[in-house]
Formats: sequence, structure tokens, C-alpha cells
Amino acid sequence: MISWHSVEVTYGSTRVLGPVSLEVESGQWLGLIGPNGAGKSTMLKAALGLVEHRGQVSLGNGDRQPGLDIAWMPQRPRMPEEMGLADYVMLGRTPHIGYLSSEGRHDLDSVRLALNKLDLADLADRPLGTLSGGESQRTVLARALAQEAQILLLDEPTASLDIGHGIEVLEVVDELRRTEGLTVITAVHDLTLAGRFADRLVLLADGLIRADGSPHNVLTEESLRSHYGSGIRVVQDEDGPTVIPTRRSK
Amino acid sequence: MPLTIGVLAVIAATAAGLLVGPADIDVRGVLLAIADAIPLVDIDHGLTQVEHTVLFEIRFPRVVLGGLVGAILAVAGAAYQGVFRNPLADPFLLGVAAGAGLGATVAFGATSDGDFLALFAFAGGLVAVAITYSLGRSVGGRTTISLILAGVAVAAFATAIQTYLLQRNVETLREVYSWILGRLVTVGWSEVVSLLPYAVVSSAVLLGSRRLLDVLGIGDEEASALGLNVGRVRWVVVVAATLATAAAVSVSGLIGFVGIIVPHTVRILFGWSYRVIVPLSLLFGAAFLMFADVAARTVVSPAELPIGVVTAFFGAPFFVLVLRTMRGFR
Repeated sequence: MISWHSVEVTYGSTRVLGPVSLEVESGQWLGLIGPNGAGKSTMLKAALGLVEHRGQVSLGNGDRQPGLDIAWMPQRPRMPEEMGLADYVMLGRTPHIGYLSSEGRHDLDSVRLALNKLDLADLADRPLGTLSGGESQRTVLARALAQEAQILLLDEPTASLDIGHGIEVLEVVDELRRTEGLTVITAVHDLTLAGRFADRLVLLADGLIRADGSPHNVLTEESLRSHYGSGIRVVQDEDGPTVIPTRRSK
Repeated sequence: MPLTIGVLAVIAATAAGLLVGPADIDVRGVLLAIADAIPLVDIDHGLTQVEHTVLFEIRFPRVVLGGLVGAILAVAGAAYQGVFRNPLADPFLLGVAAGAGLGATVAFGATSDGDFLALFAFAGGLVAVAITYSLGRSVGGRTTISLILAGVAVAAFATAIQTYLLQRNVETLREVYSWILGRLVTVGWSEVVSLLPYAVVSSAVLLGSRRLLDVLGIGDEEASALGLNVGRVRWVVVVAATLATAAAVSVSGLIGFVGIIVPHTVRILFGWSYRVIVPLSLLFGAAFLMFADVAARTVVSPAELPIGVVTAFFGAPFFVLVLRTMRGFR
């Protein structure tokens, strides 16, 4: 479980987030949606203690330890070009390795497991600079999985993936969530995709929570139009809501 | 394998340093005398008393000092490059050396015998790197260019004050200038003994931090999210590298280029990871400076070139060569 209590982030005199309060149960998949600049990434960063904030973020069992309890996949990760893929994924083991020691067998196993889950084993020795957009994205996710944290914060995990790879990656995350009881929080722009995987959606706009509930209840034409603009249609069918862009004039 | 090459390079450089010099000492005699110096071994080496003294009180300490200074400058360069994520960072470009030089000049002027040289040099170096870092950061984040420009400004300012102080105290001028050009002239083992503790402690800290330097490669934010205390790691590494640089600078003067050439050559030949770069920079830095010293002693023999001149003269073209030949393979 992870919860935000009246969390508020300001840059100078501009308030970019909050105050927001939110509680996410263990094993839940929460999708954070909202237009650009709504505060999605900031909310994730506040959970990791990467931005100064008022209010509190706590885990069920007390104080958070970034790295150990929470793994983060940043939206724009910094990937040194020459670093090898497996070495990069090994960085995910940092919280488990003492400052002066080096990796042990368990660390190597975790890395191998993460590479296999994301179908990256064949690329293990490739320098990061030679990877395609999709391969890079899966590599960053593999690094987050290697952390073996209970809470996974994914900031735009499918941003540079084609629809096939996007679904594939989210299926992997979903399987981990089900088999290992991970709590998953994703910030996603693709609303339809968000609705297919998350069991709960939170709509942020201007730093505040505007809607919170099942995809069916949050992805409505009315609420989306008021925050994203008018060119949106929502079709509800047995797969869940599908968000369709429309042209205003044609 | 790379480690073996590094060790071999150090051994070769040590041998060259011991065997080459203005006093023509028989090779066999040198080897036997070294064997003789091992405890419990007693061999007739056939060297005269004078030759024996030249070997053990002049060449040997000088070779060891060269190795220590080279190792320190190279490993400090590697550490600065990692911790500032900046391929151009080195003790000279960051202003550390100029700050240490200023501190040393103050020490020369204040305490004629230079007792507190290392302390003053360290203080000067640390202040300089702190100013460079905060200046570079306030101007433009931590980009390569703003940091280096800040370092250039700090170095120029420190050098200006240093020159002013030198003009005011003409009597120390000669001493300080010979020091600025870099020198490995020793009076026996005392310099080695005074440098050794700094070298050992700093190298141990930097070697211990080599994995963390790789983690810093993904940026402060992501490294923090992995639970790393980025501020503390950076502080510890910078203090260790600066302490070692200042100690080296205080005994050997300003010897440039080592901190940039050696880590980059190692990086090009053996890979990106600081887990490799830090230990190998230590070894190749030692070997490089010992070889440079051999050249400094022999090129215009019996006179000597300042070693800083040699490192620049051989180092810069060598580095260009490495850069050009290896580029195609990467």
C-alpha cells in the first residue's frame, strides 16, 4: 500500500501539484491520467522523495525507502551510450548492494530473470546507444524490475513502443502484479490502453484530482472533454471504454 | 587481463626508471643489488658504494615518487570525470591544481621552510573546486561547458593572485617557479613518505567508490531513486580526489595532462565502466609518469627537463593518436 497525504509541490510561487491525497491498495493497478502538465510525473517523483513537497507519502509499514520499496521507470531516462544493457539493468540492484561491496549471485539472478521476462537476454551485451526506442524502453523497465520492489511507478512506460510491444510490456507488468502482488502505478497518455490494464483510474488536471474510479466511470466523454478539449468520443463495449479522437471541423 | 597489462606496464616503467640515468650503472649490478635488498637475501652485487647510494637514495625514491604522483593524478582525473559526469574534468581544468598552487605559494611565503605546504595546497585545491562547482552549477546546470568555463575562470583568478604574491615576495620566486613547472627531484625518501598516506587513503576511497561512479552515470535523480545518497557520494569522492591531488601537487609541482590522458586512454582501450577505469588509471598513471620521468632525465642529459613539459609533449600527441586509431572500432 502507498498513500499520499495532502501532498503539495510548488516551484517558486507556482503550485504544480496538490494538495492531493490518495491511497493505493497493494496489488492494485492505478492509472494516472491527465493532460500535459497535470502533475502526473510530479506526483510519482514526490513518492520517491525526488522533489521537495509538503505533506507525507507513506507505505503501509512505515517510512519509504526509495529504491528498496519503490522502483521507478522515468519518462526520459538518462542512458549512457556506451554502457552495456546487462550492466545497466544491474544498476537496478544498487539498493541491495552495500556501498563498498559488489554484486552477488542473487543480484546476477535477478538481472537474468528481468532480462528474460522482457525478452532482452539476446541483447545483454549491446551498448545502450545501439538500442531501438522499444528496446530501450524495455531495458529501463527491466532495470526497474531488477529492483524487486513491491511498488512499481511507471512514467509513460509505453511512450516509444508500437501498439504490439506496448501491450506486450503491459502484459508482463500485469503478470508480475498478479503473481507477485506488486502495486503498479502508471502515468499514461494513451487513455484506452490505461483503461484496459488499470483497475482504477485517477484523472489529474492542474495538479488536482478531478476524478477517481473504475475506467468505466472515469473515461466518460463529459469528464474527458472538460479537461482535454472537445474532440473526444468514448465508445463503451465489452472490452471497456475506447477513447476516439475526432476532428472538430471537417 | 587488462589488470595484468597494467601491472606489467608498472614493472617495465620501474625497471626503466631504475636502470636509466646519468650515472652509468651496470644492469646486472642493479638487479643483484635489488635482490640483495630483500630481507634475508645476501648477494654480492658488485656495485661501488657510490653506485649503491645513487641507486637506493636517488633513483629508487624518485621512481617511486613518480609512480605515486602519476597514479594519484590519473585516478583523481578519473574520479572527477565520473563524479561530475564530464569527460573534460581533470585536476587542472577544474582549477584544483591552480588553487593548490596558490595555497602552496602562500605557504612558501608564510613559512619559509614550506612545512605546511600540503595543508595549504589542500585548502587551496578544495576551495577552488568548490567555487568551480557552485559557479558552474549556478550558471548553467551541470553542463560540460559551464563547468569547464567556471574551472578556467577559477584557475585564471587563482593564478593571478599567485603571480601577484610572487611579485611581492621576489625571494621565493625561483623556488616557486621551479615548483610550478613540475619536478620529481627528491632528497631521498622523505617526499615519498610524506605523500604515501594521502595516496593510500585517497586511492582506497576512490577504488571503493568505483561502482557508485557508474551509478552516477544515469544522473542524480535516477541514482537517488535507486537509494543512493548522491550528495554524500559526490562529496566523499571530490574530497578524496582533491586531497590526493593537493598532496601530489605539493611535492611534485604542477604536472599537467596526466589526469585527462590516462583515464581516457584506459576508457578507449578497456571500456566505459569506472570499475575498470579507476584501478587501471591508477596503474597506467603510475607507469606513464615513471616513463615520462625517464624521458625528462635523458633527453637533454645531463640537464633535466621539467616533467610537466614532458607529459604535455609526449602525452598530447599520444592521446590524439589513440583517439584517431580507436574511433573506427567503437
